[in-house]
Amino acid sequence: MSTMAEYDDHMPEDHIPDRSKMRVSDEVAIQINDMNKWYGTFHVLRDINLTVYRGERIVICGPSGSGKSTLIRCINRLEEHQQGKIVVDGTELTSDLKNIDKIRSEVGMCFQHFNLFPHLTILENCTLAPIWVRKTPKKEADETAMHFLRKVKIPEQANKYPGQLSGGQQQRVAIARSLCMKPRIMLFDEPTSALDPEMIKEVLDTMIELAEEGMTMICVTHEMGFARQVANRVIFMDQGQIVEQNEPEKFFMDPQNDRTKLFLSQILGH
Amino acid sequence: MSGTHAHTVAYVRESMLPEQAPPATEVGIIGWGKANLFSGWFNSIVTILSLAAIYLILAAILPWIFSPTWNATSLNECREILAGLGREGEHGVSGACWGVIRDRWLQLMFGFYPPYPITPDVNIGEAPVGSGVWPAYFRPILTFVLLIVALAPVLFEHPPRKLLYFTAIYPFLMPWLLWGGTIWSPLSVLAGFVIAFLVFRFVSTSYSSLLGIILAVVAALVWWMVLSGYVVDALDSILPVGIASVDSRSFGGFMLSITIGVVAIGCSLPIGIVLALGRQSDLLIVKALCVGFIEFIRGVPLITLLFVASVLLNIFLPPGTNFDIILRVIIMVTLFASAYMAEVIRGGLAALPKGQYEAADALGLDYWKSQQLVIMPQALKISIPGIVSTFIGVFKDTTLVSIIGLLDPLGLSNAIRADAAWNGIVWEIYGFIALLFFVFCFSMSRYSMYLERRLQTDHR
Ligand SMILES: Nc1ncnc2c1ncn2[C@@H]1O[C@H](COP(=O)(O)OP(=O)(O)O)[C@@H](O)[C@H]1O
Ligand SMILES: [Mg+2]
Repeated sequence: MSTMAEYDDHMPEDHIPDRSKMRVSDEVAIQINDMNKWYGTFHVLRDINLTVYRGERIVICGPSGSGKSTLIRCINRLEEHQQGKIVVDGTELTSDLKNIDKIRSEVGMCFQHFNLFPHLTILENCTLAPIWVRKTPKKEADETAMHFLRKVKIPEQANKYPGQLSGGQQQRVAIARSLCMKPRIMLFDEPTSALDPEMIKEVLDTMIELAEEGMTMICVTHEMGFARQVANRVIFMDQGQIVEQNEPEKFFMDPQNDRTKLFLSQILGH
Repeated sequence: MSGTHAHTVAYVRESMLPEQAPPATEVGIIGWGKANLFSGWFNSIVTILSLAAIYLILAAILPWIFSPTWNATSLNECREILAGLGREGEHGVSGACWGVIRDRWLQLMFGFYPPYPITPDVNIGEAPVGSGVWPAYFRPILTFVLLIVALAPVLFEHPPRKLLYFTAIYPFLMPWLLWGGTIWSPLSVLAGFVIAFLVFRFVSTSYSSLLGIILAVVAALVWWMVLSGYVVDALDSILPVGIASVDSRSFGGFMLSITIGVVAIGCSLPIGIVLALGRQSDLLIVKALCVGFIEFIRGVPLITLLFVASVLLNIFLPPGTNFDIILRVIIMVTLFASAYMAEVIRGGLAALPKGQYEAADALGLDYWKSQQLVIMPQALKISIPGIVSTFIGVFKDTTLVSIIGLLDPLGLSNAIRADAAWNGIVWEIYGFIALLFFVFCFSMSRYSMYLERRLQTDHR
């Protein structure tokens, strides 16, 4: 296998992730036990067992169609699982709507296609949920939103509409929008897959910063540089199952399963 | 290829060119005409033929329109005026007879609505004691002026927020101003909504919101159908406040069209939204009811529904019930429009990417909030052209009520033509009615284009 540097293509040069700031605690953030999910008769997730501790940065990778999106979408109940147990922040996901709303307002999510609300300005996108779900007064919500927009480095775009922004800017707004709900866990579903390399850097920069602040993150991504430098655990999925998981160094240097080896060699283009 | 280049390909510009105006034949009226009318020999021929056709049509119509017959009091007088001017053609005189419009335009506007119904004491139809205080047709005119005020928050950007309160009470004010009667009736209708809201508030917080909606509807229906009648009578005998009531049979003309049209349009939009959402619902019963309703109504001609309203309902209702004919017609037209509206809005909902629903869900917005804040604003915006087309269709369909004997402008036109003085007049009346309908419909269509531009935020 070639040098690790090849993985780092899209990482921002001026922001070297500082792992000493990223601490994992003993507190369990997400607990998934023997979880199974079917789409009709198609068994899309099989016997998933996963424990995520507070402060962990987990990268999930795997071939297309392996169930990565489905797995993280089960965590905030965008998809319903049929068997097993998912506990998020001490609340079990059942069909009880109150639990679902509680979990959704504490788990932020970013999508591949940003999914900003095109009829609202950037600022309104960011204040919508705090005002209507958390009942934050508008002034306070505006201030929080501006705080997070500064953090993702686009405060000057606050009064524009999503359609006027570049892809990278839109994804950073999407991250800021989630952060405005003060989530304790962030889920990312291929946040950089729809972006050009320069924009990938902007978004990864924001994600590294989040990691350095101790956010619990689960990222589905093929940015192996991010996995190597930021994640504390990399999970490889195939055919709806967790095939292999390990610390990033070991995962990349010494993969065990043949499927993992094949996947890594493909991703490197060899 | 290599080594055969006779000269170098390198090039360096030494001075930058200044910006120049385009040639005169490309700009202004000449440029426009060249680009749009005479851009080739075929287009030039078409342009010239079209201009000739327009000239011929106008040459035939304009002299007919410009005819000094405004003050005539009968068709015969018109003919005399035109004959006096020597405008006699081979088929008798040529020229419009506008006297009929001057003579009957109040009727075309208001039907047989009494001009001066103000207080119960005043003799309906005659100028009130101390007349001059209230202009004729004060009530319908005020109603429609207030309609524009009530619509302002919808029509314009940044309206004063307080206007919304007026918009909210206008639906109760409008029928009272038009039909009159005791003030307690509209208040009791309003009370029904308040009761429904309180029931919903109470049940949905302590039980479920679906049960809340069902109980709220039941409570409101019980109030309107059973209780409110007694309460209104009681209140009216204690404190009689009201204005002269006007019978539905005296409604007519454009006032009737606008009343039916505005109410049907105003009610069909919310009902259509509910139906469209119901059609997408996961609850099987709700979905089946909505699909059944929409498909049934769309499968039946409006005229059938109107006949049901005017004839059949009387047979089924217990004898002696007084179920106002205009109300019945309004309900039918509203149901008809709602079914079409539901389908238009469903189209808008289908056009929204799934990601919008997911993003709203992921932020913790519940179903109603995500509909209100994220889904509907976008779906309705996409549906504006379809919604306005439905509005225009509904407004024009109100002329069908003439078939069941209501005196809308078309119904009145028959009455006018039956009058001995104007017997034989066709084009003038229908032209006038068509012109007014055109003005209303064209403004709606223009407004919808303005609205689309105003709401455009995607900058594609
Ligand atoms: N709504 C759905 N209905 C049926 N099958 C689905 C649905 N969503 C995804 N799938 C299938 O489930 C599998 C896993 O999908 P997904 O989780 O999106 O994969 P990944 O994100 O790893 O590419 C795929 O084979 C996909 O075709
Ligand atoms: Mg995916």
